[in-house]
Amino acid sequence: MVTLRLAPVAEHALLVEFGDTIHDATSERIAALDRALAAAPPAGLREVVPGMVNLLVDFDPLVTDHAAIEAAVRDCLGRPAPASAAGTRREVEVCYDPDLGTDLSAVAGQTGLSVDEVIAAHLGGDYRVRMYGFTPGYAYMSGTPAAIRLPRKPAAVRGVPAGSVIIAGPQCIVTTLLMPTGWWVLGRSPTRILTGDEDRPFLFDVGDPVGMRRIGRDEFERKARRAVAA
Amino acid sequence: MTTARLRITHAGPHVSYQDGGRPGLMRFGVPASGPMDRTAHAAANLSVGNAADATAIEVSPAGLAVECVGEAVTFAVAGGGFLMDHAGSRSAVWEARTLCAGETLRIMPGHWGSWTYLALAGRVRAKEWLGHTATLATSGFGGGLLATGQEIVVEERRVDPARERSFPCPVFARPTSHARVVIGPQEHRLEPDALSALLDGVHALSDSYDRMGVRLRGPALAIREALSIPSEPIVAGSIQVAGDGVATILLRDHQTTGGYPKIATVLAADLDRIVQLRPRARIAFKAVTPARAVEIARQAAGARSMWLDRLARHP
Repeated sequence: MVTLRLAPVAEHALLVEFGDTIHDATSERIAALDRALAAAPPAGLREVVPGMVNLLVDFDPLVTDHAAIEAAVRDCLGRPAPASAAGTRREVEVCYDPDLGTDLSAVAGQTGLSVDEVIAAHLGGDYRVRMYGFTPGYAYMSGTPAAIRLPRKPAAVRGVPAGSVIIAGPQCIVTTLLMPTGWWVLGRSPTRILTGDEDRPFLFDVGDPVGMRRIGRDEFERKARRAVAA
Repeated sequence: MTTARLRITHAGPHVSYQDGGRPGLMRFGVPASGPMDRTAHAAANLSVGNAADATAIEVSPAGLAVECVGEAVTFAVAGGGFLMDHAGSRSAVWEARTLCAGETLRIMPGHWGSWTYLALAGRVRAKEWLGHTATLATSGFGGGLLATGQEIVVEERRVDPARERSFPCPVFARPTSHARVVIGPQEHRLEPDALSALLDGVHALSDSYDRMGVRLRGPALAIREALSIPSEPIVAGSIQVAGDGVATILLRDHQTTGGYPKIATVLAADLDRIVQLRPRARIAFKAVTPARAVEIARQAAGARSMWLDRLARHP
């Protein structure tokens, strides 16, 4: 059982920590508290931000305070959480051409697999969205198979394009902006996480299961063009 | 209803459209953005009869110059000790006037302050993202940056001579070099002497200062544990310590999560004031209890809303 730590953040938030290590059981507890707070929001609640091993509860200090929010959190933890929605299975299309998956051969070299085996392993992962973080639409998925898990590179590489499918440890992300990253680039996706649709601006909900589907270059180019035009 | 148009003859870097911000989306990786100094932004808007969170233009020390090419419009500039030159007449900001056809307005840095706000009576046209025009500098999403040669368009523009007056910066909105913090949430991941280095040491803002955050210069704050902490949610005001022991105060366009430990968090009420400090200004941190921090927030909100209400009611 993980220990619970509640830490105040300035005058307007409480960080609920469920331990130090990323674990499916921890993610489930975070998701359960997230659902419980959404089902019965305490007075003054502004927003709840799930992390990998913790959850931030942000509140209006003119309405409530740390003690009242802590009591509400403990109350939620003491009750069975509302049932989890199964989540909607989402599909991410990936083109693994070597000029897009610039680290495929490096990952193959480090893991002792062939490039085709690296791709097969990535396609075979059982992914789930655990949190968004860092920057808009950056959805951290768990589920990268053990055979291709690598620590981050020692230094970040600049100018990694939006749509890059990147992995580090058990995590996988489809990037949304041009930015530096120390993660390993396996391919490129035309699937937009920032959908541009005002009614549903983000493709994933936290908790959604995700599958990767391989596409060829023609399909990638066609869909990438359409995504830009949208 | 008529439209006012201001041609931008000069826009330095870091000049952007900002409404009150888009709170509530951190769970999707989106910080609230919005004005660096929320009090000055609200004051500029309310003084010309706009809603407090209407779209205004955030001006950096790089400055902004515009020429009114169409209908007249009442405007206000508030925030910091910036200066303005309105049709040849120079004055301090914290003032509302009317810009007439053919007149120019130039906003430039003065003795103090890092951000000032140009509010225009009416509705400033700017691109929305997720329902708000606030610009997220890291991506350019939202209204975006202003560039020389573009036009600022004010729909349903108003001219309201009764609102033309100065409204000096209230004491509670002046910059402060004493930031109050609540310790944590990850102070336990730093060496014990890091806390005293933060609270007793002399720190200064570095030149590395933008809407995402400001790096500090001062005694190094030693981290105790390896930097493999799973990413944790961040708020504006988080003081994050990187592997080299350098502290950064994260600001409006902060990343929403990060794996570096956060030693303390600046109170929201003080954040609007410390952002008006300039690079090389000294800053000291004072720890308060969470309960005291809530009291401070309530007192500050009371004084702020009383002053802003009076400003909005005028004339």
